[in-house]
Amino acid sequence: MSPRAHKALVPSETSPEQIRNFCIIAHIDHGKSTLADRMLQLTGIVNDRQMRAQYLDRMDIERERGITIKSQAVRLPWEFETLTYAMNMIDTPGHVDFTYEVSRSLAACEGAVLLVDAAQGIEAQTLANLYLAMENDMEIIPVLNKIDLPAAQPEKYAEELANLIGGDPADCLRVSGKTGEGVAELLDRIVQKVPAPVGDPDAPARAMIFDSVYDSYRGVVTYIRMIDGRLHPREQIQMMSTRAVHELLEIGVISPEPVISKGLSVGEVGYLITGVKDVRQSKVGDTVTTKLKPAATALKGYAEPKPMVYSGIYPIDGSDYPNLREALDKLRLSDASLVYEPETSAALGFGFRCGFLGLLHLEIITERLEREFNLSLIATAPSVVYQVTREDGSAFVVTNPSEFPEGKIREVKEPMVKATILSPKDYVGTIMELCQQKRGVMVDMQYLGEDRVQLRYNLPLAEIVFDFFDQLKSKTQGYGSLDYDDDGFAVGDLVKVDLLLQGEKVDAFSSIVHKDKAYAHGTKIVGKLKELIPRQQFEVPIQAAVGSRIIARESVRAMRKDVLAKCYGGDVSRKRKLLEKQKEGKKRMKMVGRVEVPQDAFIQALSSDEGQKAEKKK
Amino acid sequence: MSGPLPLGMPWPSDSKLVLGDPSDSFHAYVHIPFCKARCGYCDFNTYISSELGSTKREEFHKPLIQEILLSQKVLADSGFEPKKLATVFFGGGTPSLFTADQVSEILSVLESTFGLLSNCEVTLEANPESASEELMTGLKKAGINRLSFGVQSFDPEVLSVLDREHDPSTVAGIVTLAKQMGFKASVDLIYGAPGESLASFRATLEEALRLGTQHISAYSLIIEPGTKLARQIAKGIYQEVDEDLNAQKFELASELIGQAGLEWYEVANWGEPSLHNLAYWQSKDWWGYGPGAHSHIAGNRFWNVKHPDAYAKALLTHSQVAGMEVLTRNQQLEESLMLELRTIFGVERKVLKELGVSAQLVAEQMALGAIELIRGDRIRATESGRLFVDRIVLDFLTK
Repeated sequence: MSPRAHKALVPSETSPEQIRNFCIIAHIDHGKSTLADRMLQLTGIVNDRQMRAQYLDRMDIERERGITIKSQAVRLPWEFETLTYAMNMIDTPGHVDFTYEVSRSLAACEGAVLLVDAAQGIEAQTLANLYLAMENDMEIIPVLNKIDLPAAQPEKYAEELANLIGGDPADCLRVSGKTGEGVAELLDRIVQKVPAPVGDPDAPARAMIFDSVYDSYRGVVTYIRMIDGRLHPREQIQMMSTRAVHELLEIGVISPEPVISKGLSVGEVGYLITGVKDVRQSKVGDTVTTKLKPAATALKGYAEPKPMVYSGIYPIDGSDYPNLREALDKLRLSDASLVYEPETSAALGFGFRCGFLGLLHLEIITERLEREFNLSLIATAPSVVYQVTREDGSAFVVTNPSEFPEGKIREVKEPMVKATILSPKDYVGTIMELCQQKRGVMVDMQYLGEDRVQLRYNLPLAEIVFDFFDQLKSKTQGYGSLDYDDDGFAVGDLVKVDLLLQGEKVDAFSSIVHKDKAYAHGTKIVGKLKELIPRQQFEVPIQAAVGSRIIARESVRAMRKDVLAKCYGGDVSRKRKLLEKQKEGKKRMKMVGRVEVPQDAFIQALSSDEGQKAEKKK
Repeated sequence: MSGPLPLGMPWPSDSKLVLGDPSDSFHAYVHIPFCKARCGYCDFNTYISSELGSTKREEFHKPLIQEILLSQKVLADSGFEPKKLATVFFGGGTPSLFTADQVSEILSVLESTFGLLSNCEVTLEANPESASEELMTGLKKAGINRLSFGVQSFDPEVLSVLDREHDPSTVAGIVTLAKQMGFKASVDLIYGAPGESLASFRATLEEALRLGTQHISAYSLIIEPGTKLARQIAKGIYQEVDEDLNAQKFELASELIGQAGLEWYEVANWGEPSLHNLAYWQSKDWWGYGPGAHSHIAGNRFWNVKHPDAYAKALLTHSQVAGMEVLTRNQQLEESLMLELRTIFGVERKVLKELGVSAQLVAEQMALGAIELIRGDRIRATESGRLFVDRIVLDFLTK
């Protein structure tokens, strides 16, 4: 049925003319992983028996959530007009939080497949990534996916894509990742349209690290794109930023399992293993060269990722602190956007202040820490960075509400974003209402097509990181999409709201909010904590305060009884098992003074009304 | 004997137990797994006639006797020297569904096998509706000297929620008769049934106290998963149990029963202590006979297969034991804490010490008024602390 290659090209001996490096830009849920699955099958590198859904998504979290976090590079053999090609598909994340990872993937490719759901049209994040790709002078191949769906409107969205990137709507390919229809044509199109990589085979080797993963068995696995020259097994390689030298223990390609090769040459994409265990020695964005014949200049560096959201991460069990440090060190290897530094909280003990690209990133990292490293953690409510100046002129950078300075405050500046929202025109009213509620100022509004509107707003980042996205989704029945960009700092009328349990300030529950919202916020969080904190042997007063002024109060009544008065007879084993179970439950509690507070409370008390994040996790 | 059996290790193939320290007394429990109807709240190991398979109630004393003989061999092979029995307890199910002759046969085998101490406490649980003068006469003759009546409540509405079929007005007659015949008597009550008001429970307590028994148990209703009552509550037919109201009911029970001259000695028990139940709480050695029964022999806990058919079959082929565990020192200590803190005797300070419970925690609970020191070497729950025993134990073991 397909022009499968009779014989795959041998890595390290493949001419650049027969290489095509491409990635797939798509919105979450638009079917990228399913399309990748079909490509694996069609090119024959995964047979039907081995096939499983979302083959390339390595991590459990990826498969469960149906989204791709780590990019992957797979080498696919393909024959076109009697010539065999090596196609390197670099998978990219699709969520707004992972723009940085996308930019790394893009830099390794010459072309991009722009994959859009034929029933939904393009989304704001896809638009942003498309823009990045176009800025990189990449060849864009527009593709409409899910044409098997009854609701598909390929004509309408082909028109939309043509309007965005130019060209003829008829050039827009139509595929179905589900049925496989059109996938062979797409591979042909990639061969035809995506330029072959260009590099100097005789120059000193230069390879760009676009991803780096920690594997507990093999140490650091580094994904590279060869730009110039070549690398050989057992060669001494050098990281250009640190000048550190490592021996190349293994080099190869992923197809889709690792295949050892005799090296990699110009234009090829593959992986290397040096036995490096220290996670900071294989930095994403670095250039790899050889020790014997080092390159003179490094490749153009990547933009350093900027954390947008901060959260304190603490082990439930204080003795896990060194393990948490080690785990963060390991995650940092494959996630250059993760930043952290030690922090101490009166309520939570020793932990780390971590910076994330966004809320999803935060959730994924905490979930990975818990799952892959077997840690039990508390993540405090996310916060952004504030610039605070006191009356006496002293200035503070506050990434954690508990660091908010005492005394008279002259001004507080908060980070702003330029937000772009795409939505069907019917929802414009609700979106404007939402943005206004979130202290947004409209920049402009534009019709993209007959019924799609682009709204641009200036918004405080703090309002976005909270629950904006969830609310946007629910208020637009899932049609609204959001992308945002850093827009500097602006002065805001902000105050710190503290929370007190039994009269003691609990730093983990402090937050910085707009003055007009302080009262509502205090009332809400106090009310939530009243529900979240279980009854104890004594009454627990809960108060919210701005400075020394109490703005809301509630209390958790004392519990009356905690004893089973049941005749278990001689079945003591059962009673002991029950005790064991309760002991486990108790581990999910954190002591704040004398009060037992469930871990969940630390996240839920400050989360959005619907508590959607918490729901999703379950 | 309730709920699913805990998983454990298999019974040793040579049927020899590895013994820890034996206790200073020996006890027997006999499980009679039959009921006329299943009560909606009950998850005990008991069966109504349609669930019995080939088991016949009239014949069921035979496998029980078989197990008694087997236990003698196992204990002897393991090097355990059983003392004369200090207590025997017939529980269920509904032991009063056995004939006096069946009870008599079992008791005489126990006597000839292990011997009974002269003051042996021999209890049988009886439902008011199945205890007759004729039966009690026979039981007396068989050697039963204590009857524990499952009265539960005197409020017909509460009894109907609990699915109990007896008529509360007949209880006084039966209990009085038992007393006249020379039995020690106990009344079991259950509080906290959906819809039971404080006033209803007060009336029940007053009525129960009017019977003048030596002993009263008052258990709070636990809604066990899988029971009819649990389903009814899930469907909204009945309200959930109100634990705050239950706390008030406990306090009321303490007050009224105390005023009547019966002393509190365990979370749910007042009066002249049941020596048999004390044996459980003080980790004495006992063998539990019958389907699903639990035994504790010198640091070993084991439990029998649950269904009477499977039990009888297992006795014929290999062993009736479904699983067992050998307690570690730490587990033994935790059990002591968990069980003894429930009693008026409290728990030894050295148990807390060996478990590594911090003095700070103990002091904090004392400051809250939940526990007190007795004679310098034991800790016990105060009157207000009795309602928090499970929490205190958990507190001690997790902080």
